[in-house]
Amino acid sequence: MRIRLESPTLSFVLRRLIQTIPAVLAIASLNFLLIHIAPGDAAELLAGLGGHATLEYIEQLRREFGLDQPLYTQYLLYLKRLLTFDLGTSFLQKIPVIDLIVVRLPATLLLMTSALLLAIGLGVGLGVVAATRYRTWIDNVVSIAGLIIYATPQFWLGLMLIVLFSIKLDLLPTGGMMQIGAEKRGLLLALDVLWHLVLPALTLGLFYLAVYTRLMRASMLEVFSADFITAARAKGLSEWVVAWRHAARNALLPVLTLAGVQIGHLLGGSILIETVFGWPGLGRLVLDALMQRDVNLLLGILFLSSVLVILANLLVDLLYGVLDPRIVHR
Amino acid sequence: MKTLWVFWRRFTRNRAAAGAAVVLVAVLAIAGFGRLLYRTDPFEMVGQPFQPPFGAFALGTDVAGRDILAGIIHGAGVSLFIAVVATLCATLTGVTLGALAGYYGGLLDDVLMRSTEFFLTIPSFLLAVVLVAIFSPSVLTITFAIAVVSWPSVARLARGEFIAHRDRDYVNACRAIGTPEWRIILVHILPNALPPIIVVASLMVATSILTESGLSFLGLGDPNVVSWGYMIGVARSVLRVAWWMAAIPGFMILVTVLAINLVGEGLNDALNPRLRGR
Repeated sequence: MRIRLESPTLSFVLRRLIQTIPAVLAIASLNFLLIHIAPGDAAELLAGLGGHATLEYIEQLRREFGLDQPLYTQYLLYLKRLLTFDLGTSFLQKIPVIDLIVVRLPATLLLMTSALLLAIGLGVGLGVVAATRYRTWIDNVVSIAGLIIYATPQFWLGLMLIVLFSIKLDLLPTGGMMQIGAEKRGLLLALDVLWHLVLPALTLGLFYLAVYTRLMRASMLEVFSADFITAARAKGLSEWVVAWRHAARNALLPVLTLAGVQIGHLLGGSILIETVFGWPGLGRLVLDALMQRDVNLLLGILFLSSVLVILANLLVDLLYGVLDPRIVHR
Repeated sequence: MKTLWVFWRRFTRNRAAAGAAVVLVAVLAIAGFGRLLYRTDPFEMVGQPFQPPFGAFALGTDVAGRDILAGIIHGAGVSLFIAVVATLCATLTGVTLGALAGYYGGLLDDVLMRSTEFFLTIPSFLLAVVLVAIFSPSVLTITFAIAVVSWPSVARLARGEFIAHRDRDYVNACRAIGTPEWRIILVHILPNALPPIIVVASLMVATSILTESGLSFLGLGDPNVVSWGYMIGVARSVLRVAWWMAAIPGFMILVTVLAINLVGEGLNDALNPRLRGR
């Protein structure tokens, strides 16, 4: 019996993994297309930087990069390189793009997960509260606050929070990931990072908090009209137990679905927030790449973060089964 | 005429939407006619830098002594122009592709659905950043980039609507009397599919304003025009001494986007009365 339960899940994981291949291929193709649309190729750029851009030298560089090959050969070459996570070399820093990204990735992931946990945790709570107090002043306040947050540019919100909490009240750091110059280790370092994380995570998370609160509220209201809730109430269960133990669990699924879909959006937001707070993640790398017109680096970031989003979506799909055993992966 | 009146009554029943519509008309008026009435060049140095609001200049001056009010007025035009044109392009593309995929189904539908899924998963803001950076920032490339990352959601919606309508009796009746297919799609189904699309498009204008401001905040704005995001970016380094310089354009974005969202919800109530309260 147990084997019969497990094997469809395993085959589901495998099938979903295979399904990601076309998506990754599509991103790779888009990247390849963009590289070729971008004015000036790698050879011209490098030669220009070297300051001795003779035509012979550019031709030599083109041969080195394989740029003299027909387009389809270049495409296959490009795909082959991607298979080994070779995203090319940063035009200017002369470092493999993948190395630059790997160094910055943990900071971005930390920021994204903190923001997401904050948004889902608080959003679910507020959504349940708003739904159980449907059409009272609490419900109204939550809805209006959500509308305003929806309309606020995240990066601007970050700046305003810096003005309030860092400049006026002097409570939190204005930016960075840790105190510069302080040689902290272990728990102290973790606390220091956490202290620096508060504002960026709050800024990034607030928008999604509004989204999830609204969705959780709507989803709860829908579940409240189901028969099993009436049955639970008829049994004489307290409204608290009905809402949290019976309704919330069922209302959670749409929130998770949306969270999965929005991971790419979250990453885009993270890029802006990081530049506001000087958070040393991918966002800062994007800004550096923009400043230096480093197209290779930019495209590498786009490719890798897209792959990450696809993998994250896969993870969310698998989570469904855990949360709702009725969903059988076939 | 009567339907228009019914629509208006339904729309104004949502008082928040009615109020927001007034605000939106005001912002549109500023964007459209502001620069005719207030003729200061937003790039011109008009006085001492760092003057606070409500002094010699209504909204003060920025780091280079430029009039912030002039920037706000010109920025309104730029932000709204980019947002509206990008939304129009995205909606037109999305509806065309969605309608064809929904009506005909088959391979076309498969290809379209896979490609919209693709666009919906990749980090769209990052893609917009890359597009603008590659084609170098201008009003045209920014509009293009926003349209490229926005059309898939419209396409999915339009597809769904066309699937829901393609086998209805009125469509079958048209086929029976030999109405050409382009006519069925354009004249018969499209008007029925339009209400939810209009709502989504109106909300897309708001999202586009936010995207545009984010791009120009990153320095990816058109260097020849002032936009609200650009003004925030300029004020960013002087947050400590002049916080209002960043606060003013950001507040304008907030008010405009909020107004558009509320109007969008009002449109939703008025155009899709059955979905009220969802």
